[in-house]
Amino acid sequence: MLDLLYAVMVGPVKDMLGAPSFLAEVVIGGLAAGLMYSLVALGFVLIYKASGVFNFAQGVMVLFAALTLVGLMERGAPLVPALALTMLVMGALAFAIERVVLRPLVNQEQIILFMATIGLNFFLEGFGELVWGSNVKKLDVGIPDSSFMVWGIQINRLEMTAALTAAVLVAVMAVFFQRTRIGRALRAVADDHEAALSIGIPLNTIWIVVWSVAGLVAIVAGIMWGAKSGVQFSLSLIALKALPVLILGGFTSVPGAIVGGLIIGVGEKLAEVYWGPLVGGAIENWFAYVLALAFLLVRPQGLFGEKIIERV
Amino acid sequence: MRVDPSAGLTPMLEVKEISVRFGAVQALEHVSLTIHRGEVVAIIGPNGAGKTTLLNVISGFYHPTEGRILFEGRDRTHLRPYDVAALGVARTFQNVALFKGMSVLDNIMTGRLLKMHGNVLLDALYWGPAKKQELEHRAFVERIIDFLEIEAIRKSPAGRLPYGLQKRVELARALAAEPKLLLLDEPMAGMNVEEKEDMCRFILGVNDEFGTTIALIEHDMSVVMDISDRVVALDYGRKIADGRPDQVRADQGVIDAYLGVAHA
Repeated sequence: MLDLLYAVMVGPVKDMLGAPSFLAEVVIGGLAAGLMYSLVALGFVLIYKASGVFNFAQGVMVLFAALTLVGLMERGAPLVPALALTMLVMGALAFAIERVVLRPLVNQEQIILFMATIGLNFFLEGFGELVWGSNVKKLDVGIPDSSFMVWGIQINRLEMTAALTAAVLVAVMAVFFQRTRIGRALRAVADDHEAALSIGIPLNTIWIVVWSVAGLVAIVAGIMWGAKSGVQFSLSLIALKALPVLILGGFTSVPGAIVGGLIIGVGEKLAEVYWGPLVGGAIENWFAYVLALAFLLVRPQGLFGEKIIERV
Repeated sequence: MRVDPSAGLTPMLEVKEISVRFGAVQALEHVSLTIHRGEVVAIIGPNGAGKTTLLNVISGFYHPTEGRILFEGRDRTHLRPYDVAALGVARTFQNVALFKGMSVLDNIMTGRLLKMHGNVLLDALYWGPAKKQELEHRAFVERIIDFLEIEAIRKSPAGRLPYGLQKRVELARALAAEPKLLLLDEPMAGMNVEEKEDMCRFILGVNDEFGTTIALIEHDMSVVMDISDRVVALDYGRKIADGRPDQVRADQGVIDAYLGVAHA
């Protein structure tokens, strides 16, 4: 019994303190992975806040964005024009989704909109493969997947770039939401549809804006994940990793998505490296979900989510 | 502006032979009414008479199955809510529809969205014309806050306020849009006597000071008698009376509708 307690509580801590630079590498790796989760979670939060829709298709949007970019580059387009074109495609997609899916379903139950996004998920998956093919593609954005050393700690260039890009994107979005007219309108729509309509906010335009922004986030996430592990179907599965992030951070909070992602990223790396050997490894794949489950019991609204108080 | 409804006035809103049907329910049946510039018109009627439906049709949330709506002489029957808002029609809701997570000040500022123009980039940097514009709008909003006596709560989240104050904030948001026509759906529902008196004062004040035309739905007959220039009574989706408050109160059809005389 004591041995077990020692192995779980003391051993790993001793390992951590014994090799601090290795610990730092693990944490940095976790933070980098976490920011990527955050990016995907952010796409969910944006759409959920503005239209109350849980967009099941967010993961496929990441895949679709990456596929489009790679596909264009394979056909000889240089990175920058290909990127611009991909943005246009995601914008057009947002427009089409508003027209074909959201507008006919306005004022329907949330669950119906959710089902619609499941449909969207399968459509985009099939459509992406139809246009760009289903083989694994390599995405080269010109950043080598190699490391450099700072104070004896190895840092991966690609992960670092991804982290910085994500940080900039998040900062820009925060300013956009807080300061601009459209940002204020977005917050209004997120809060109450009817009231927003009555003060002259065109819901349809707002939806297009939100889905476009979510598309943009998907592009960034798609590039970062794609550059790391190749553009393939499994990219869309990282959406599943965004779920625990959302539960941790709260469905309605942008800072929550960021912090939640970081916690999950660091948590699962630490768990894998230090506690994994105790149970034979492979903790990383399910650790996030267990963490989210534990969290649900304590704070169902998430770290930053709005507390649900119902008047009776 | 206390006006005699019979005097020759410019019509602001003309509702012509409107019918609204939801499946088998006939919510409104050939209702016509005219609201003149500067008037305060009360819409009364028993529950289910079609009052809110009428307001929803005017503000574009519902579209009539028959009939036409003219605003300042132009046809706007099929406009959507945000287009109607852009024409200068603001409204409040029966069940307060505020942005609960935002502060009172932010709520009222959203009412000015339509008045704001400009560039997303400049807004984000909060620089130059964007800053000047924001400050101008703030100044206007502060005037409304003064006027409605809600200085003390401007930083509070709207969702945490007591009901009476929420209604007042909703009115403030509607006023921020500088509407030509203000539609109030039961502005005094659930208020105590004192709150009702305040609200009456504000409604009359808005009418006086900004010259805003007002149409309101109200159940409290003493309030209706006090503040309206004209009263329109609905029952079972039909208009049964339209005239000066004292005329409508004395109208046999209206009395029957409220007391529930068996319909032949």
